[in-house]
Amino acid sequence: MANTPLVEIRHLFKSYRRGGQVVPVLHDLSFNIAEGEFLALMGPSGSGKSTLLNLIAGIDKPDSGELLIGAEDISRFSESELADWRAANIGFIFQFYNLMPVLTAFENIELPLLLTGLGRRDRRERVQLALEMVSLTDRATHYPAELSGGQQQRVAIARAIISDPLLIVADEPTGDLDRVSAGDILGLLERLNREMGKTIVMVTHDQRAAERAHIIKQLEKGELAETAVRAVAV
Amino acid sequence: MYFLKLVLRNTLRHKLRTGLTVLGIFVAILAFGLLRTVVEAWFAGSENASTTRLITRNSISLVFPLPITYGGRIRQVDGVNHVSHANWFGGVYVSEKNFFPQFAVDAATYLPLYPEYRIPAEDMKAFLLDRKGCVVGRKLATQYGFKTGDVVPLRGTIFPGTWEFVVRAIYDGADAKTDTSQFFFHWDYLNETLKKTVPRRANTVGVYIVGIDQSSRAAAVSGAIDQMFRNSLAETLTETEKAFQLGFVAMTEAIVVAIQVVSFLVIFIIMAVMANTMAMTARERLAEYATMKALGFGPARLMVLIFGESLAIALAGAVAGIFATFPVAQWFAAKLGTLFPVFGVSRDTVIMQLAAAVLVGVVAALFPGLRAARLRIVDGLRNIG
Repeated sequence: MANTPLVEIRHLFKSYRRGGQVVPVLHDLSFNIAEGEFLALMGPSGSGKSTLLNLIAGIDKPDSGELLIGAEDISRFSESELADWRAANIGFIFQFYNLMPVLTAFENIELPLLLTGLGRRDRRERVQLALEMVSLTDRATHYPAELSGGQQQRVAIARAIISDPLLIVADEPTGDLDRVSAGDILGLLERLNREMGKTIVMVTHDQRAAERAHIIKQLEKGELAETAVRAVAV
Repeated sequence: MYFLKLVLRNTLRHKLRTGLTVLGIFVAILAFGLLRTVVEAWFAGSENASTTRLITRNSISLVFPLPITYGGRIRQVDGVNHVSHANWFGGVYVSEKNFFPQFAVDAATYLPLYPEYRIPAEDMKAFLLDRKGCVVGRKLATQYGFKTGDVVPLRGTIFPGTWEFVVRAIYDGADAKTDTSQFFFHWDYLNETLKKTVPRRANTVGVYIVGIDQSSRAAAVSGAIDQMFRNSLAETLTETEKAFQLGFVAMTEAIVVAIQVVSFLVIFIIMAVMANTMAMTARERLAEYATMKALGFGPARLMVLIFGESLAIALAGAVAGIFATFPVAQWFAAKLGTLFPVFGVSRDTVIMQLAAAVLVGVVAALFPGLRAARLRIVDGLRNIG
C-alpha cells in the first residue's frame, strides 16, 4: 500500500446554523488518507462523520481549514469547479443507492460518462465492463424497481467506478441491506480497493462492515477520538 | 439524445398526473383558440375593409337617412372616382332567429365598388335586368338552401310589408375572409315601393359608399365631403370603411373585452395548475437532482431536464388543442350561422395558441427549475428514505 497522502485534512472546522444557533460539527480536524487506503469512519450520530465525508467528496464546504485532495485545495473551489472536480475524481455510493428510477441499470451506470465527452461506443464498452465487474450483465435492462437492494447497490458501485475516480466515498453502503447482501457489497468494495487500488472512505455504524477496512477512525463530537489499523495481507 | 430520453421518461413517470395535466392544457388551449377566433370574427369586417372606400352617413345617427341628391354632389369632390348608395333593410326571413344582413343597393354602381364579390357575368346580367332580383352570398345560400330562381320572402321591419325577391345570382368571396353572408337587392325596387306606400321616406339613402383614387387622400376627401354639407338639413359624417365598421364593434366593445379577458384568464389558470404540477414533481425529485449534482451535473443541465419536461407536457396538450380547434370552430360556425360572416381559425390564432403553451411551459418550470439549480446537495440528499 502506498503511503503518499491522497487526502490531506488540515485544521478543518465546520458548523451549521439551526434556529439561529451555531452548532459546531467538526472541530480542528487534521489527518491524512493515503492513496489506495480503505478507511472506515465510525462514531455515534451527530459525531460529524457524514459531514466529514461530504467535505471530502466536495459536496459541502468547510468553514475554515485546508482540504487537499490530490494536492488540490478543494475548499477554495467555486461551485462549478467543484462540480467538474467531482465528476472527474469522486465515485459516490449512497445508503439508499440513489439510482434514477426511470433509467435502466445500464443507463444509470452510463450517467456519469455523459460528462466525459466519450462517444456512445466507448461508453457502452465501459458500462459492459462495469456490469461484468459487479456481476450484473444479465440485469442491464432492468429498472431499479426490478432489482433487489443488493443488486441496486451493485449498480450504484458500478456507477461510482465507471469514470475511474481517484476516490470512492461510501455513506453507509450496507445500511439498507440484509447481512448476505451487505457481505457481498463489502466484498466488492474490498476487491475494488485490493485489485484496482481504489482509495475508499466509508462511513458506517456497522462494526462488522468497518472491520473490512484497513483503518477505522472514530469521531466523537467532531473530533478524532481513536484510530485502529487492521493488518492486511498483501 | 440521452437527456431527451430522460425528459420523456420523467414526463411519463406519473401517467395519471401527466395525463390530467395534458388534458387541462388541451381544454385551455382549445378554449383560448375558440375565444380568440370569436374576437377575430368580431373584427373581421373592419380587418377586411378597403382603404379606398369611404362611408358617408348622416352625422346625427345612422338611423337618419341622407337625400338621394347628395350622390351627384359627392361625385364632384376632387379625389372621388366612384359613388354608390345603400340602405339597411332589416327584414326577417321566416323567423327572427334567421338573421342576415340585407341591403338595398344601386346595383350598377355598388357591386363594382366591391371587386371581392365574385359574380358570374350571366347571373349578374340576370340580376340587373330583374327589378325584384337579389344576389345572395355563398354562405347564406348554403345555410338556407337558396338557389337561383328561388323566391325569398322577407318581412320588413324598417320598411313594412312582405317583400319578395328572386335569387338571380350567388356571389363567392375572393378569399376566405370575404363576407359571403349578405343579401343585396335593387334600391330602385325599395324606392319605388316607398313612393307609393310611404312617400316621405322615398328618395333617401342610408349611406353613400365613396370610392377614392388614393387611400392617402381619405382624410382630405372625407373633410371635403362633410364641408360640402355643413349647415345643410342633413349634415354628413364621412369616414373610412374600417372606421365605420369599427364603430359597430365599439358598440359591443364590452363584450369583446370580456371575451379577451376570459381567454387570457383561461391561460393564467392553466399556468397555475401546470406550475403546481411541476412544483410537486420537482419536490418529489429533490434527492435525484441532488444525486445528479453530486455526480457533477451542473444547474444548467437540471434546468434543461425540468424545462424540457414542462414544455413536453405543455406542447403535448397544445398540439392536441390546436388540432381540435379547427373542427370545433367549424361546428361552432355552423351553429352560429351568419351571426359571424367570417369565422375561421387564423394562422395568428394558432401562433398565439403555441406561444401561450410555450409560455405556460416556461413559467411553470421557472420556480422548480430555480429551486433545483440552487439546491444544496447535502439538503437534497436528506430527502431520501
